[in-house]
Amino acid sequence: MQPFEYHSPRSLPEALRLLQELGDGARLIAGGTDLLLRMKQGQLAPRALIDLRRAAELHGISFSPEEGLRIGAAVTLRELQRSPLVRDHCPCLCETASWMASEQVRSLATVGGNLCNASPAADLAPPLMVLDAQAVLVGPQGERRLPVEAFFLGPGQTALDRGELLKEVLVPPTPGNALYLKHAPRAFMDIAVVGVAVHLRMERGLARAVRIALGAVGPTPLRAGPSEALLEGSAPTASLLEEAADLAARACSPIDDLRGSAWYRRRMVRVLTRRALDRLCAASLVGEGT
Amino acid sequence: MKQVIHLTVNGDSHELYLDTRRTLLDVLRNELGLMGTHRSCDAGDCGACTVLLNDLPVTSCLVLAVACDGAQVLTVEGLRCGDGLHPVQQALVETGGIQCGFCTPGMVMSAVALLGEKRRPSEAEIRAALAGNLCRCTGYGKIIQAVQRAAGEAT
Ligand SMILES: Cc1cc2nc3c(=O)[nH]c(=O)nc-3n(C[C@H](O)[C@H](O)[C@H](O)COP(=O)(O)OP(=O)(O)OC[C@H]3O[C@@H](n4cnc5c(N)ncnc54)[C@H](O)[C@@H]3O)c2cc1C
Repeated sequence: MQPFEYHSPRSLPEALRLLQELGDGARLIAGGTDLLLRMKQGQLAPRALIDLRRAAELHGISFSPEEGLRIGAAVTLRELQRSPLVRDHCPCLCETASWMASEQVRSLATVGGNLCNASPAADLAPPLMVLDAQAVLVGPQGERRLPVEAFFLGPGQTALDRGELLKEVLVPPTPGNALYLKHAPRAFMDIAVVGVAVHLRMERGLARAVRIALGAVGPTPLRAGPSEALLEGSAPTASLLEEAADLAARACSPIDDLRGSAWYRRRMVRVLTRRALDRLCAASLVGEGT
Repeated sequence: MKQVIHLTVNGDSHELYLDTRRTLLDVLRNELGLMGTHRSCDAGDCGACTVLLNDLPVTSCLVLAVACDGAQVLTVEGLRCGDGLHPVQQALVETGGIQCGFCTPGMVMSAVALLGEKRRPSEAEIRAALAGNLCRCTGYGKIIQAVQRAAGEAT
């Protein structure tokens, strides 16, 4: 590692001021579970690190009936997994966190770091996308909000402008159900070969608010628009779900790498999309009291 | 570039003047001579360097020491139960949950963290809690039995 200055601002304004002052040579660090590895491997050599963990504004999880869940960027995966508020309002996020990395890494790794690292395989991305979450970005000009899916621009690239950081994520209240299925050789401690998240709710036998997001099968996590359009407002029959799963497999652009071939990934998108749709349709029908 | 930090390790407080690049693992082993915390993958994958940082299990190879200013750290050397071994260590000895022993301190710390949170974990919970600790001798079965025994659930 190259030498670097280390700063540990005690507030968000102080963090933003440092980011402005130190300029391009500086990097933000939260849990460090992605960043430190890249520094150890020599892929990154920042001149200064700005540690976000002591800025109180980036912590905490809260809920309001109007805005839904607010999850601070510096909330750890451990906190997310164990939060009673998240369990009540978005159990899918607790579940997703529980399958990420390990106990030790989850004590360090943050929600903000997972999104800002912008890996196409980041596990929190697909579930947050189908939950219609917004990213709150803050910079010298103030705050702005973006849908989480618009936050990712490419591998390692986000919509954050120079001088901006991710402050929190907002997840609106939803009457529907969401599910994230991660496919990896090992249950824990593995990066997704494919990840599929689905959200929907059943209203009088019809599927509503259908949202499907796919991870690790393109340069960014992506929505399967054609599948969503097919299912929205429909009565989901087995053949319709199969067609939607097929469309999802066609909507992605996976690559061959050491974790799997493009061909295999596409097949798994179809399998997992179908599986998630089956489970959610069944769960929602039960939930409807029919 | 260097900075001063204060760190409490196994109840002893230390003032340390450190290169910002040092990890918590470097400091435990090289500055404080606590060799029970092992270095292996140095990338958060193997869990051999697991310690409790403010009561939470972490891979100390992924933690910058300067980020720990004011923190409490517990390493395997700090586990004491009178003059004897900690119940998790004792159970590992009794079940034979140790082969080469390299992963053992990390396993012990993960198990201690788990039992601190849940007195009677299920087997699935034990497996999940130890998922970040690799045993290359593959002796997982007896390690899991040991944690069950330490939790008072041994059969
Ligand atoms: C052993 C191991 C297993 C893992 N398993 C998984 C897994 O199963 N699934 C998964 O998705 N990931 C996994 N990861 C990757 C990683 O742990 C996660 O992506 C984690 O959430 C990153 O968070 P962090 O706080 O550690 O990020 P950091 O490393 O601190 O930061 C990552 C990047 O985001 C930037 N950043 C951080 N916070 C902000 C912010 N608030 N605003 C702007 N920029 C910011 C940093 O500058 C950096 O570029 C694993 C990593 C390891 C080491």
